[in-house]
Amino acid sequence: MKIIVPVKRVVDYNVKVRVKSDGTGIETAGVKMSMNPFDEIAVEEAVRLKEKGVATEIIAVSMGVPQCAETIRTALAMGADRGILVESDADLQPLAVAKLLKAIVDQEQPQIVILGKQAIDDDMSATGQMLAALLGWSQGTFASKLSVEGETLTVTREVDGGLETVALKLPSIVTTDLRLNEPRYASLPNIMKARKKPIANMKPADLGVDVTPRLTIIKVSEPPKRKAGQKVKDVAELVSKLKTEAKVI
Amino acid sequence: MTSLVLLEFDATGIKQPSRSAVAAATALGEVHVLVAGIDLAGASAAAAKLPGVSKVLVADNPALDHLLAEPTAALLLALAPNYSHLLAATTAVGKNVMPRVAALLDVQPISDISGVEDADTFIRPIYAGNGLATVKSSDSKKIITVRAASFDPVAADGGSAPTENVTVGELPGLSKFVSAELSKSERPELTAARVVISGGRGMQNGENFKLIEPIADKLGAAVGASRAAVDAGFVPNEFQVGQTGKIVAPELYIAVGISGAIQHLAGMKDSKVIVAINKDEEAPIFQVADYGLVADLFTALPELAAELERS
Repeated sequence: MKIIVPVKRVVDYNVKVRVKSDGTGIETAGVKMSMNPFDEIAVEEAVRLKEKGVATEIIAVSMGVPQCAETIRTALAMGADRGILVESDADLQPLAVAKLLKAIVDQEQPQIVILGKQAIDDDMSATGQMLAALLGWSQGTFASKLSVEGETLTVTREVDGGLETVALKLPSIVTTDLRLNEPRYASLPNIMKARKKPIANMKPADLGVDVTPRLTIIKVSEPPKRKAGQKVKDVAELVSKLKTEAKVI
Repeated sequence: MTSLVLLEFDATGIKQPSRSAVAAATALGEVHVLVAGIDLAGASAAAAKLPGVSKVLVADNPALDHLLAEPTAALLLALAPNYSHLLAATTAVGKNVMPRVAALLDVQPISDISGVEDADTFIRPIYAGNGLATVKSSDSKKIITVRAASFDPVAADGGSAPTENVTVGELPGLSKFVSAELSKSERPELTAARVVISGGRGMQNGENFKLIEPIADKLGAAVGASRAAVDAGFVPNEFQVGQTGKIVAPELYIAVGISGAIQHLAGMKDSKVIVAINKDEEAPIFQVADYGLVADLFTALPELAAELERS
């Protein structure tokens, strides 16, 4: 079976992000960009399914500026077979991304699409669920374990009080939680090999999708800053201050 | 303009994050709520008592048990024509179901709102809470998840709304509940607790979390952990407080042996009072703490337990 893994180019998780002084967004000029960490887990899981003989081909898809090709190369170096880049300057929101992915799924006919549970930039946590809806597929979100048997995908999900296991009818959407796996580092030979793997280029119009944003960002502001408080010298002073000053115990 | 809020419940009543979602919906106008699943007598009675709710919709159907995404979204889609806004709390259930509903309605969902400006305009954190985006939706219906920590929950009683059974149409049979492994605890849930005490990498192992327990017992606190402690296998993932775990805003948050990575701060910095106990004076957690104690946690925790016992 084919597996599609969408990968998003985001500000690297180690970067301390700053709100632009004009309030229009987050400063991204000159900032290190990387693959969304949850998407790395998605690529890793797809590669493991291929190594187990469950998957036959892995297609990495990214959307946005031309540099998203680098993110696809990272996925190819980890073990994906080929890439698709949907180039667009628009602010691609989850609904548009889900529609573009649906068009690609219609063409490629994968059995599973594995996505990160959320992107660490907009923190929407929506694209996978939306793609499942548009396709009329089952969904296994926040997965910490998955296995394929015949026409059934069994997914263990991270839920609020612990874990929940569901049995899903394939084809299916999976979104990855942290503990699904630990993504590998691409080896140098694999990075070299990835350069030769093909990446197809297309535009939203080629897929017949209107990507007009539905949400307008009116402004982005800094969250209220907490000020450092006081140091206490010992436990007794701490307890006394929590009682008499903060009045929380 | 009427909103519909999908409620989550257990044997004790309507869960606190859902009551926060009701509070957010109240800011938009009239509020109806939905309870779905099986054996709903208790849940619908509890829902009817929520202040500010004017109608309780009851959808009794075995396919809706456990609120799996596929059938629950199909139900909400069927109910959507009567509502301007559909809301749920930003929980595992809300996050699973609501985007699916949104896509079925051709709507861009508005995830994890922390503020309501008007019927179309909402505030939501981005980049792990390092930015607050004010967003305006051009969709005719709004599909929203609500950050529970940002809205004071409505009380568990005081209202008396009528209940109405809804006819459930055909639901998709794409998914099946197999099992759940929920951790059993006498302590309050992390997102609902008045006091949270969390341990980090400085705890060194899972066994040492026992040092936190007498303090949690004394304060009626929930126990949490940093992602570092979860990644190191000290405690299960459901303990995790942070951007990739749970977002909490208790009256008192005590961080023990936690350095204060951005990803952890994103999950707790809206707490009313923050206490940090760390032996590293330079730890970033002290920059957000109201009270900082530079100390070895292995001496400080037993002392704190004893001090609380004494007082």
